[in-house]
Amino acid sequence: MPHRLLLALLTVLLALAVAGCGGSDEDAAPREVVLVTHDSFALTKPVRRAFERESGYTIRILKTGDAVAALNRALLTAGKPEGDVFFGADNNLLTRALGEEELFEPYESPQLAHVDGEFVLDDQHRLTPVDHGEVCLNTDRAYFEREGLAPPGRLEDLTDERYRGLLVVENPATSTPGLAFLFATVAQFGDRWQEFWADLRANDVLVVDGWEEAYTQRFSGAAGGEGGRPIVVSYASSPAAEVVFAGTALERAPTAVVAESCFRQVELAGVLRGARNEEGARALVDFMLSPAFQRDVPLSMFVFPVRDDVALPPVFAEHALTVEQPLELPPEEIGANRDGWIREWIDVVLR
Amino acid sequence: MDRRRAALTRGAALALPLGFLAVFFAYPLASIIGRGLGGDGPVSLPAGVVWFTFWQAAVSTALTLALGLPLASVLGRYAFRGRALVRALVLVPFVLPTVVVAGAFLALGVERGVAAILAAHVFFNVAVVVRVVGSYWARLEPRLWDAAATLGAGPAARFRTVTLPLLAPALAASATLVFLFCFTSFGVILILGGPAYATLETEIYNAAARLFDLRTAAVLSLVQLGAVVVVLAVSSVCERRLQRSVPLVAETDRLRRPAGRERRWVAAVLALSGLGLALPLAALVERSLDGPGGYGLGFYRALGDETAVLLVEPWRAVLGSLLFATVATALALAVGGLASVALARKRAGWVDVLVMLPLGASAVMLGFGFVIAFDDPPLDLRGSPWLVPVAQSLVAAPFVVRILAPALRSVDERLHEAAAVLGASPARVRREIDLPLVLRALGVAAGFAFAISLGEFGATVFVARADWPTVPVAIFQFLGRPGAVNQGMAAALAVVLMALTAAAALAADWAGGRRSAL
Repeated sequence: MPHRLLLALLTVLLALAVAGCGGSDEDAAPREVVLVTHDSFALTKPVRRAFERESGYTIRILKTGDAVAALNRALLTAGKPEGDVFFGADNNLLTRALGEEELFEPYESPQLAHVDGEFVLDDQHRLTPVDHGEVCLNTDRAYFEREGLAPPGRLEDLTDERYRGLLVVENPATSTPGLAFLFATVAQFGDRWQEFWADLRANDVLVVDGWEEAYTQRFSGAAGGEGGRPIVVSYASSPAAEVVFAGTALERAPTAVVAESCFRQVELAGVLRGARNEEGARALVDFMLSPAFQRDVPLSMFVFPVRDDVALPPVFAEHALTVEQPLELPPEEIGANRDGWIREWIDVVLR
Repeated sequence: MDRRRAALTRGAALALPLGFLAVFFAYPLASIIGRGLGGDGPVSLPAGVVWFTFWQAAVSTALTLALGLPLASVLGRYAFRGRALVRALVLVPFVLPTVVVAGAFLALGVERGVAAILAAHVFFNVAVVVRVVGSYWARLEPRLWDAAATLGAGPAARFRTVTLPLLAPALAASATLVFLFCFTSFGVILILGGPAYATLETEIYNAAARLFDLRTAAVLSLVQLGAVVVVLAVSSVCERRLQRSVPLVAETDRLRRPAGRERRWVAAVLALSGLGLALPLAALVERSLDGPGGYGLGFYRALGDETAVLLVEPWRAVLGSLLFATVATALALAVGGLASVALARKRAGWVDVLVMLPLGASAVMLGFGFVIAFDDPPLDLRGSPWLVPVAQSLVAAPFVVRILAPALRSVDERLHEAAAVLGASPARVRREIDLPLVLRALGVAAGFAFAISLGEFGATVFVARADWPTVPVAIFQFLGRPGAVNQGMAAALAVVLMALTAAAALAADWAGGRRSAL
C-alpha cells in the first residue's frame, strides 16, 4: 500500500506549512496605524517615512477593492473594523457611508482651517475631505486632427451624427467613473437624462464593464492603445498621467479633456468606530491634510489637493485640467436616487 | 487485513482535510450567508441568469474536451523531442489573469459575445484536459490495443471500445473541473461578454460588492452552491461507475516514436494547438518588449524600481507570489493528498463533494466571509498575510484530489499479488510498484497546485496585503492606471508569470517522473 507512506509524507508537508504560519507578524502594539482604503490609493515613500518619523506610528495599508467594494467591505465590518482609518468614501457614496451602520467616529481636524469650505460635506466631521478629482470625457487628439473634426465641446454634441460610434463609456452599475458620468448627465439634463442616453444608444455608444477596458483597450488615444474609439470617460488628470508615464519626454499629452463634461468627486477619510488605535487614526487624518501629503497626491494618485495653499507640480499643472465649474449633484439627491437611476439606465441603454 | 487499524488510519487521514475545510471554507461562507439571509427585502431570482450560467458552462466544457483530447492523445502516446516542454507550456494559459487574456483576445480583434466567452474558456481550461487525461493516457497498458488490433478492430473501433472506456475516469475528472471553472467564471463573462451577459457569479459580485445587497447575494450563493452540489454528486457517481482497475505502466514503456502517418497527425495537432494557445501569449510578449524607445527590456528592468502604483517594488510581487504559492502547494498537497488517501480506500461521495465545493463557491462571498468570520481574537486573522496561501490552497486542493484519487484507486491489487507471489516483500512492492506510479501523479498534482496558486486572483485579492502583493494582484493594479509604462509593466509581469508557471510545471514533471517523463 502506498497510502501510509504518502500519509506520512503529507503530514510532514502540512506540519511544515503550519510551522511557517506560526511566524505571523500580528502585532498588537498600538504604534501601528492601519489605513483601510481602495486599490487606487498611493503614497510616495519619503512622505510616508516622514509621517512615521514625526509621529512615531508606522502605517500599514490595507487595500480592499475599488471605491465601492472597499466601502461595502468596511460597512460589513462596522464596529469591528479591519483598521483605524478608512479613506476613499466619496460624495457619490456619502449617504451610504454615513448610514445606519455608524461606521465613523466624528473628528474635526485642526488642518481643516486650510481647506475650502465647499469640500466639507459632513458638518459632523465623521468624514474629512482629502482630495478631489473630476470624471471627464477624454479625447484622442491625433484622431480629431487627422479627421479634421472638432472634438465634442459639450455633452449634447455626443448625440450628433458626426460623433457616431466614437464614444466608449463604463457601465455605471459596475464602474465608479461610469457612475460619475451618469451623474454628470443627470446634473446636465435633469429629468431628460433618459432621452439623452436613448439618443446616445442610437448613436452607437459602446458600454464596457470597467475603466481598465474602456481606457486601455477600447480608447484609441491612450499610449499603446489599439482601441477604435477616440472619446472615453476618464479623468481630468489622465492626460498628465499619460505624460508622466510615457517613459519618454512628451511635449504635450496625446489626449485632451472636454471641460464641460466634468463631474466632481471629493474623496474623504474618517476614523473608524472601534479602531484599535484611535489616537493614531486622528494623527493619520491630520497627516492626510498636511502640506506634505497634499503636495504628494497629484503625482501619486492623480487627483487634486483640497488644501488651498499647496502648489501643483508643474507637469500636473500643465497637463491636467483644473476644472473651474464642474457638474455637481447634492449628495442627498444622489443617495436617494442612485440605485433607481442605475436600474433606469440599464433599461434605457442595455435592454 | 487489520480492519480496525485501517479504519483508524482513514479517520486520521480525513480529520485534517475536513477540519481545514470546516474552519477556512464552511465557517466563513456560512457566516456571510447567514448575515445576508438575516436581512430583509425582496429577492428576485433571475431565471435567465441561472440558465445562461448552466448552458455556457456545459458548452464550454464540451468544447474544451473536444479540442483538448487530440493534444492529450499526442502527449499521452508519443515520444518526441520537446514533449516535456509542450506539456509545461500547455499549463501557461491556465494561470494568466483573466483580465490580461481577455485584453489579448480583444487586441487580436475578437468581437464580444457568446463565441468569445466560449473561446476564452477553452483557451484557459484546455490545460486541465490535456494534463489530467494525457498523463493518465500515458500510463495505460499498450498491449490492450495490440490485442484489439489482433482481433481485427480498426483505429476508430479501438478508440471507441478500448480508449474511451479506459480513459473515462480521467475524462470525468477533468470535465468536472472545467465545468466548475466555467460555471463560476467572472472576468471572462464581464469583459468578453460585455454588459449584456450575466452569470450567477457576476450577479453575486454585483449584489455583494456593488449594491451592498447581501440578502440577494446570499440567496444567489445558495442557488450556486446547490447547483454545484448536484453537478458534483452526478460526476462522483459517474466517476465511480466508470472506474475500473486497469493495469498501469510507467510512461517509458508506453511512449513510442510516431511512425508513418502518425507523424503527420502529431505534427498537425501540435501546430494547430500551438497556434491557438500561443497567439494570445505572443501578443503579450510583444507588448512587454514594445517600449517607448523601440523594442527592449526596459519594462523588465523597471520591475526593480519604485513605482507609484504599488507600495513595494514590483519584483517583490514576484517574490511574494513564489512564497505564497509554495506554502499554498504544501497545504493543498497535504489537504488534498490526505483526502485522496481516505477516498481511495473507501468511497465516500460526500467527502468528495465537500473537497470540491470551494471551486464552485463565489470568491467574493468567501472573501467577505473571511472578513466577518475571523474578526475576534484568537482568530482575528484579518490582515494576516497567511490567509493568502490558505485561500489559494482552497482552490488548488480539489485539483490534487482529482489527480491523486484516481491514481491511487487504479493501483491494481493484482500487481501486488503477483509481486508477492514472485517473492517480493511488501516494502519492495511499495517501493518498486506503487511509489513510482503515485509519485508521477503527485508531481502532476503539485505542478497544478503551484500554478493555480500563482495565478489565483478572485479569492487572493480579498486577503492580499498591499505590502505583499502577488503577481496577478500587481498586474491588476498596473492595468488600473493610464500611461504606457504601467501597461508595459503589466505585460512584463504577465510574461514573468508565464515563465514561472512553465518552469514550475517542468520541475514538477521532472521531480515526479524523472527520465520517464521525457
